[in-house]
Amino acid sequence: MSDLTRMSAADLSKLITAKQVSAVEVATAHLDRIAAVDDRVHAFLHVDREGALEAAAAVDRGEITGPLAGVPIAVKDVVTTKGIPTTAASKILEGWKPPYDATIVERLKKAGMPILGKTNMDEFAMGSSTEYSAYGPTNNPWDLGRIPGGSGGGSAAAIAAYEAPLAIGTDTGGSIRQPGAVTGTVGAKPTYGGTSRYGLIAFSSSLDTPGPCARTVEDTALLHAVIAGHDPRDSTSINQAVPDVVRAAQIGKNGDLSGVKLGVVKEFTGDGSEPGVSAAFKESLEALVKLGAEVVEVSCPHFQYALPAYYLIAPSECSSNLARFDGVRYGLREGDDGNRSLEEVMSLTREAGFGPEVKRRIIIGTYALSSGYYDAYYGQAQKVRTLITRDFQSAFEKVDVLVSPTTPFVAFPFGSRTSDPYQMYLADLFTIPTNLYGGPAISVPCGLSEGLPVGFQIMAPTMADDRMYRVAAALESAVGTLTPPAL
Amino acid sequence: MSYEEILTRYEPVIGLETHVELGTRTKMFCGCKTDFGAEPNTQVCPVCLALPGALPVANRAGIEATIRIGLALNCDIAEWCRMARKNYFYPDMPKNFQTSQYDEPLCTDGYVDVTVDGKEYRIGIERVHLEEDTGKTLHVGGATGRIHGATESLVDYNRAGIPLVEIVTKPVPGLGELAPEVAKAYVAELRDIIRSLGVSDVRMEQGSLRCDVNTSLNRPGEEWGTRTETKNVNSLRSVERAVRSEIIRQSGILDEGGKIFQETRHFQETTGDTRPGRSKETATDYRYFPEPDLVPIAPDPAWVAELRAGLPERPSAKRARLRLEWGMSELDMQSAANAGAVELIEETIAAGASPAGARKWWLGELARRANEQSIDLAEVGATPAQVAALQKLVDEGKLNDKLARAVLEGVVAGEGDPAAVMAARGLEVVNDTGALTAAVDEAIAANPDIAAKIRDGKVAAAGALVGAVMKTTRGQADAKAVRDLILARLGA
Ligand SMILES: [Zn+2]
Repeated sequence: MSDLTRMSAADLSKLITAKQVSAVEVATAHLDRIAAVDDRVHAFLHVDREGALEAAAAVDRGEITGPLAGVPIAVKDVVTTKGIPTTAASKILEGWKPPYDATIVERLKKAGMPILGKTNMDEFAMGSSTEYSAYGPTNNPWDLGRIPGGSGGGSAAAIAAYEAPLAIGTDTGGSIRQPGAVTGTVGAKPTYGGTSRYGLIAFSSSLDTPGPCARTVEDTALLHAVIAGHDPRDSTSINQAVPDVVRAAQIGKNGDLSGVKLGVVKEFTGDGSEPGVSAAFKESLEALVKLGAEVVEVSCPHFQYALPAYYLIAPSECSSNLARFDGVRYGLREGDDGNRSLEEVMSLTREAGFGPEVKRRIIIGTYALSSGYYDAYYGQAQKVRTLITRDFQSAFEKVDVLVSPTTPFVAFPFGSRTSDPYQMYLADLFTIPTNLYGGPAISVPCGLSEGLPVGFQIMAPTMADDRMYRVAAALESAVGTLTPPAL
Repeated sequence: MSYEEILTRYEPVIGLETHVELGTRTKMFCGCKTDFGAEPNTQVCPVCLALPGALPVANRAGIEATIRIGLALNCDIAEWCRMARKNYFYPDMPKNFQTSQYDEPLCTDGYVDVTVDGKEYRIGIERVHLEEDTGKTLHVGGATGRIHGATESLVDYNRAGIPLVEIVTKPVPGLGELAPEVAKAYVAELRDIIRSLGVSDVRMEQGSLRCDVNTSLNRPGEEWGTRTETKNVNSLRSVERAVRSEIIRQSGILDEGGKIFQETRHFQETTGDTRPGRSKETATDYRYFPEPDLVPIAPDPAWVAELRAGLPERPSAKRARLRLEWGMSELDMQSAANAGAVELIEETIAAGASPAGARKWWLGELARRANEQSIDLAEVGATPAQVAALQKLVDEGKLNDKLARAVLEGVVAGEGDPAAVMAARGLEVVNDTGALTAAVDEAIAANPDIAAKIRDGKVAAAGALVGAVMKTTRGQADAKAVRDLILARLGA
């Protein structure tokens, strides 16, 4: 039998269903791989060997069947898992064990998917490199001296390093797609409201979207189908049938895109990207044309304001969402020596518990919401959001999907962008507009630039997630998947 | 300086903010129960404890109750509005923001008419909005139960997330010296309206109706003065006292050329005056913004129309109607309303009592008992059916007034229905003519002087003999029957 950790989720599922391999064997292979390489990759903050093997055994006993039953998965540490530490990579939640499962975790368990552990990330999902994890960064399996993207660098790296075939990520401004791009893996941000946020530790409520990460488009679609769908516990969850993403991925695999219109976002094709990224993107576009797709250039004039609008809306919401971390009910409590006032204890707890990027965003958000500034900042950013949504809507009157590079640059060396927050924020330049609009988008590997992976982004209208999967699968069939050097 | 004299030189402007805790079965944004008095932290879940990752889902019953209150207060109902986050740190507020409403309240621009001394006053309603309650903090170890000196602070989150409706009046000028009475009458009317809707038990002493009173003074013809906000006003009487004491306090400062500062003050139940609250060095900036975790509230106009059609009769209109039906004076009706007796009297009449009989018991003996024990009339221990049965025994001549009161005592003590208490305590009126005649003859024989006077036509003297007979029958005789018998025996 070939190495189980190198197989796709779809293939593993077939073997498990045919009883050619047990779910316990599959889980064990991945747990062993984690034990072997994670000291170098540091994709995991917590590994639940016992829980994963127990869940796998239940599948082997025939208690649970289904398309992904027995296929193990890694979950980003910002999603609550009952009884398993969930820290959002922050000191302020060190050791916290949630008393409840997130809705998507419930769905994974119901589908019989053993949870291998919790993956590293930028603290509270704020960052593009995992360098803001309170527990140390994750290293990119393609080059251990480089970042794996962020905030979901742990989930992407775990997949790229064959520690897990599948992972859960969350995407607020690109936290699934950009790590996917720089690790040579696939990451999809579903339509906002298409996947439940219940149990996702909130960063920016109006933007946060949980989604699937995998090495192939088909695997991504299979996981998407497991976690998506209406959840009455999330008021913003959409009560509609989930688009058939699995079928769309299968159709796309045939490599026929005749009749499909791709819109290249004019504003994202200039010199904003590294030359190698632009080149890989252009080659992929030509490959898609060969598959029958029609390519037109589309202007989205307000996309240039997406980054500043995002950096007002997301911090504003985060300043309020993170107010609950005060040391009163759970997590870290600092300075409670019997002499200090409650206010002092709250303040010391937050001072000690939050890292620099989280503090920066809380301060920005608090300022932006202040009376007298609200209209100029938060109010204005909401107007920009509306304009960006209109750009998308008018673009989708002309084309089926929009395409761009996922991120302007390949994995960068550690420390190269931490001194200037703006340089870090640029990593999400191409991914942020989609979050502001609420539609789905996916990043697919599309080649290498100087030996490092480049991502190709496909954006679709809200609740048309299936469209992007079709194009993504077609692209994958043309350019193939990427294999990192051996660790 | 007298209160009346002050009001010749100053004009008060008042405003009231009232919080009503809704009686929904579950909390506003989660499925936790709302039972009063449960063990601390037994009615909590990830949502109302604000655990990381938990999300709110709005309770339709809370929205419905708010709309019904708005409709009953003649408000416009928003076709589309949003909840907002009010951000500030406080340990009994789990999220460190309160889910409330800001510039998009559910109900706006209504009014309530109240009557004081026969005159009607219209109180404008600025807004009615929906929000959630906080938990409760308990400071232990200190002598005062306050945070100062306490060794530990305990928080009970059972109340956190219970729906609250805030009702804000427009400023009310032009009331003159009646401002305190009108303020009180407004809160009483509001309480009656909300009670009639069945959306809250509106109990001030349990905190399900809480009131903040704003007061300012200005000299006639001048602009409105700076207002103070008085909190901790926990009874109807306190509403009146709080306004009066603020008028007196502020006038004292203004008379001496001083300035009123916009501040929060606390009403002191014991002294009846207001004291400054903890002064805040800087104004709190709540950084309101629309709650992104909840979808906008867009009540279907057909639903609102249905709720409007289903509103109960307005308590004041109902009182006017019942007053005519019952033949009550304006004053009696007012005291019935103030005592919370209108529904009880209504039910007693429905159970067969005459309006006068029903009124007599509820506003007399039972009101006295409720007052003594500081409880609601409804909790005094007698039901409308029992009061009706009691009055029936009186009407049938089986009980006289004094005996009926003794029977009621037994009823209130839980000894059973009036007939049972009467039998058990042996309280029935003595109607046996033989026994009564003997008692009368005995009294005549024992009081020959009085008997002689009566024979001479001084009928008024019979009272003394009636008293004697009542004494020997231990009050169980019908006084009128005794009197008639005495006069008959003496041929007067
Ligand atoms: Zn709850």
